[in-house]
Amino acid sequence: MTRTQRLLIALTAALVLIGVAVWVTSVVRRRTAKPSGAVATTSADATASSGRKIKARLYYVSLDGTKLMGIDREVPYVDGAAAQAQQIVSAQLAPPPAPLVSAIPPGTTLRALYLGGKGAAFVDLSKEATVAHTGGSQDEMLTVYAIVNALTANLPAITSVQLLVDGKEVDTLAGHIDLRKPLQKNLGIIEP
Amino acid sequence: MRAVLQRTALAFSVLALAVLSSALLLSQQTPLTVLTKDNANAVTRRTLQTTAIGDQEFVALDDLASMFQLTVREDALGALSVTSKGKTLLLTPDQPLASIAGRVVSLPAPPVRQGRRWLVPVDFIGRALSLVSDTRIALRRPSHLVIVGDLRVPRVQVRYDTSGATTGRLTIDATPRADSTVSQFGDQLAVRFDADAIDVSYSNSATAPLAAAAAQGLLQAVRVADAVTLTFTVGPRFGGVRLTTQPSDTSMRQTIDITNASAPQTTEASPQAPTPAPPPPDLTAIGATPVGVRTIAIDPGHGGDDEGAKGAQGTKEKELTLAIAHRLKTAIEARLGVRVLLTRDDDRSVMVDDRTAVANNGKADLFISLHANASWRPTLAGATVFTARFTTQDDEAAHAIASELLPAVNGAPRGIDFIPWDLAQIQHVARSEALARTIAEHLQGKVPLTTNPVDSAPMRVLEPANMPAVLIELGYLTNAEQEKLLTGSDFQNTFVQALVDAVMRFRDEASR
Repeated sequence: MTRTQRLLIALTAALVLIGVAVWVTSVVRRRTAKPSGAVATTSADATASSGRKIKARLYYVSLDGTKLMGIDREVPYVDGAAAQAQQIVSAQLAPPPAPLVSAIPPGTTLRALYLGGKGAAFVDLSKEATVAHTGGSQDEMLTVYAIVNALTANLPAITSVQLLVDGKEVDTLAGHIDLRKPLQKNLGIIEP
Repeated sequence: MRAVLQRTALAFSVLALAVLSSALLLSQQTPLTVLTKDNANAVTRRTLQTTAIGDQEFVALDDLASMFQLTVREDALGALSVTSKGKTLLLTPDQPLASIAGRVVSLPAPPVRQGRRWLVPVDFIGRALSLVSDTRIALRRPSHLVIVGDLRVPRVQVRYDTSGATTGRLTIDATPRADSTVSQFGDQLAVRFDADAIDVSYSNSATAPLAAAAAQGLLQAVRVADAVTLTFTVGPRFGGVRLTTQPSDTSMRQTIDITNASAPQTTEASPQAPTPAPPPPDLTAIGATPVGVRTIAIDPGHGGDDEGAKGAQGTKEKELTLAIAHRLKTAIEARLGVRVLLTRDDDRSVMVDDRTAVANNGKADLFISLHANASWRPTLAGATVFTARFTTQDDEAAHAIASELLPAVNGAPRGIDFIPWDLAQIQHVARSEALARTIAEHLQGKVPLTTNPVDSAPMRVLEPANMPAVLIELGYLTNAEQEKLLTGSDFQNTFVQALVDAVMRFRDEASR
């Protein structure tokens, strides 16, 4: 293979990669333009191999970093509100495929999820939610409301969410946002 | 019968009067002032009564016991043991001595029994008590101060000399060295020291230290306005001041040359602006009366184990906020002459509630929390001024218990307003927003701002603040350019300058 041929192949591969990236970005943008607040429904075309799936709206860091953008993603369908809430939060905590940027500190996992009275959900996160946080109030808002909005937007039965860390109530995740009470959906932080 | 009753009543009245006057005579002794620092690092003052017997001043051992957590026991032979945290000190009646672990300390007089109480000479505090306590206890007899712990309480010596027929000079020496700032409001000239308290004495005369200045019509009176401020009331011929500072090895000398107004001033005339000498204090606020803003609490975000946000070059939010808080404190004190409380003065962890407590307990009129931001998008930049955001549920909760009817002294119910402490900010939201807008306007064009520079969020540290309160995010440490900018002197000076201007305008607008 001559040097020119190798260069041509590399160039073609690069062009294909750029094409794929542009397509993914345009899909992401189109989807964020949809109105938020989609309710989780069972998907008719559930994949056969991994059981039924639902489409849930999950939230990621917007391109400018100041808002959350909602993306519809598939999560496993399970029976029961608490179990479904667990699936949604687990999907929200999982690192997303590029170019999406997660608002959750790396390594954060779901320890437990409980449903309380009056539509409150209690989400118990692992300690990484605090110790691996960037420490900015901007990111803290995004972390908190990515989870709060993921539950309240997809499950109408859940109207407020309180975050716990390592099984305990906490004042804040990184020193700013008050977590002592359940928080309600925040539509203002979602990119229009 | 009636006459007998009247005579008895009269006899009782005379007796009561005699007891009362003897009690008053006893309490006429100057009490000791005990200075300590509480958990929130604020200096507290407590009074310790003294009693004069002969030419000696005494304090009651049980007063000392309750103040310093001592256990006092008296054995069958009349010996007294004073125990603190495992260390015991022995006192023997009729002997002017105290002994601790074989060491003997002399006292100017032996302990004296008065009724059921034991009295010990005042010097017992400095000579003996300090040996059993695990914190430093120092007695300053001339100023009747007892200093507990590591407090900075410089001795401040004030002297006035005439420097001509119509002008004069105040010389103020602070030992050990303590910086001071001079500012003026209306007819008050304030000298505020960077210390926990001051121990003031007057060289000219203890009773009339400013007699010469008063005769010249330059200064009328001096008092210690708060723990660290000396306030002089200026006279009708006061023209202005020229300041010089001169440090020596052990003390700091502040010289204030006082000029005479060329013509007698009317009460409406504002004093002339002084000509500052190095270091140049900015006295642009002269003449302004600080209506509504006398104390400002500044909260350097994070600290200790909680480092806050971090920049790629290693900048820590906790260090940046502390550095800017120190600059801000100096600038506000110099330009506005108001008291500044810091929620932390060094690299230490402070609980969120303790931060707001410093402001609430210190009766601050404004609360400003300083932070630096971080983002997962490294291009994000700019400052934002936040106010607290409350939900409708918070509003309902606050109003549900905002007014309760309580029985008053005369039995009639009385309406009392209650706001839960962690929702205290709810009644100040409108003024906090006005302050945030004023700050953002003053920052505009001088430092980079985000696209939404005035915002609200459920900021934990602002919610219990019982005064207008804002949280300022200075910029993003996760942005390489911003990290470099924020740590530079240019940015910090510009930011501090703009913030002082904003506070000044907020204060002036509030006083209209």
